[in-house]
Amino acid sequence: MGRYLVRRMLQFVPVFFGATLLIFVMVWAIPGDPIRALAGDRVMAQSVQNELRSRYNLDDPLLVQYGKYINNVFHGDFGEDFRGRPVWDLMKQRLPITIRLALLAFGFELVIGILAGILAGVRKGGFMDTLVLVSTLVVIAIPIFVLGFLAQLLIGVQFHWLPVSGVQNGLKSYLLPAMVLGSVSLAYIARLTRTSLVENLRSDYVRTATAKGLSRRRVVGIHTFRNSMIPVVTYLAIDLGALMGGAIITETIFNIPGIGRAVFEGVQRQEGTVVVGIVTFLVVVYMIANLLVDILYAVLDPRIRYD
Amino acid sequence: MTDFFDPHERQSDDPDEEVGASLPGTPLAVEAIEAEPAMGREGSLYADAWRQLRRRPMFIISGVLILILITMAIWPGLFTRADPRSCHLEDSLLRPSRLHLFGTDLQGCDYLARTIYGARVSISIGIIVTVTSTFVAIVLGSVAGYYGGLVDSIIARITDVWFAIPTILGGIVILRSLFRVRGLLQVSLVLIVLGWPTMLRLVRSAVLSVREMDYVDSARALGVSDLRIIRRHILPNSLAPVIVYATITVGVIISAEAALSFLGVGLQLPSISWGLMISTAQNRILTAPHLLLFPGLFLSTTVFSFILMGDALRDALDPRLR
Repeated sequence: MGRYLVRRMLQFVPVFFGATLLIFVMVWAIPGDPIRALAGDRVMAQSVQNELRSRYNLDDPLLVQYGKYINNVFHGDFGEDFRGRPVWDLMKQRLPITIRLALLAFGFELVIGILAGILAGVRKGGFMDTLVLVSTLVVIAIPIFVLGFLAQLLIGVQFHWLPVSGVQNGLKSYLLPAMVLGSVSLAYIARLTRTSLVENLRSDYVRTATAKGLSRRRVVGIHTFRNSMIPVVTYLAIDLGALMGGAIITETIFNIPGIGRAVFEGVQRQEGTVVVGIVTFLVVVYMIANLLVDILYAVLDPRIRYD
Repeated sequence: MTDFFDPHERQSDDPDEEVGASLPGTPLAVEAIEAEPAMGREGSLYADAWRQLRRRPMFIISGVLILILITMAIWPGLFTRADPRSCHLEDSLLRPSRLHLFGTDLQGCDYLARTIYGARVSISIGIIVTVTSTFVAIVLGSVAGYYGGLVDSIIARITDVWFAIPTILGGIVILRSLFRVRGLLQVSLVLIVLGWPTMLRLVRSAVLSVREMDYVDSARALGVSDLRIIRRHILPNSLAPVIVYATITVGVIISAEAALSFLGVGLQLPSISWGLMISTAQNRILTAPHLLLFPGLFLSTTVFSFILMGDALRDALDPRLR
């Protein structure tokens, strides 16, 4: 276990620098001069331009810029936007909203997804199984923004069940976006749970458990269920990436001032520091989540450690 | 497996001809074995799969839908007479009627025509991206999986770096930053760049599981070249999950393109794309919902067909599920 941990941690280092460098390089390859863009139609004195350039390290070679940037990141400094506001402040302000949204979506997809998967998996080929397979397929096929608008139209506008825009109504206003955000993952989790349950139900230890007279409930609920959750746990890490991408779309559609919308607004305004800051942060969160899940995976499934 | 003879040995010894000569059986069977050095098992896997697929409603439905969509992408004129780019402002935002089955958009263009012409971009991007990234993944993945060691480690680390960037996030950053003009090629390129790592991992693990097979060992012991082992023995036996995943990927990529275009970092006007149409429609969701519904329906149906097809293929190709 110790060796596995060390190896996994060491792998994390190049991935961290590689991914952040890639994003940094791509963002700073933005065509156009951000200082000029800042000035707009007004004439900006050369001295002011020079001052701004040196303040934002725009004169350094790209790699040096990256080095300075990543050094700051380690000190919790994600840079400032062009109005002099620290990106970290923006993130601190927006992050709770996105976390609330993501947690709701996460809970929604976990509870309903796993339940649906179990209902489908215990009786393969039965009515519930077909229902779950078909409905999840439909949910997976509908792109998240189409689903978002449909939900807005039907549930919000037609029936007035839930608010469809903004976050003024407290938790209630997060419900619909969270459901939309979690829906695709819900479908994947349901299918994954079903598949792995079906596979495990056919294994020898289940036959043994049944043969020694355990009730069906105990066989499925304790023996099979715990083993079937292993692939679902790994999926959760991948899912986090999808949730972040989805959050950008969902927050745009439902007008939620979270971190996803901040990324999008940053890209539109060519505010490189904001985009790089937030995306770096998100990628780091994503990578750490993957690391944790890998470790969790090794705890749950001892076979992994001896690779 | 029912191999009482070992065709690999002969096969590898002297490619192709001798096996046929030394084997009993009908000419057809010989041919099958010659075509697939991975032997009867492989041929019959796909033959079995095909026999099973032909009877599956899932496969027939998705197959027909995909054929229609591809026809629509190649010859959109077959489905509509109207020209999607000839618009009459006085017809702006008409509801669906007999004259305009899907109504018209803000510029007064026939929406049926635009929806049908939109298939071309989606299908092209889906197929271009999937084929290219699958090809890259097969080349790099089989090299990584087969040779292992340092080569594998290097390829794995590069893959890890790209893999750490979620598709939509990366897509926004790259598309917005690198390209001022974004057409089909630029969007495809970015989706390829972000898409190959997942595929590569799949190919690599499939190759790894086949690499340890006895027939690969025997081929190697007989001095068959690496390239030939990969091409004739390993790849045919590890392609099944790749085919399944690639089919689903077409749908996923189409959906991703639409999402990027929707966010305003994908295709740009005057391209005709479902994502763009939905993006334009979002401000009029209350007054003209048909602008959202029709492209949304077509987009969802397209993605649905490819995912359904992938599911059907998986059921047929994965022997464990039989």
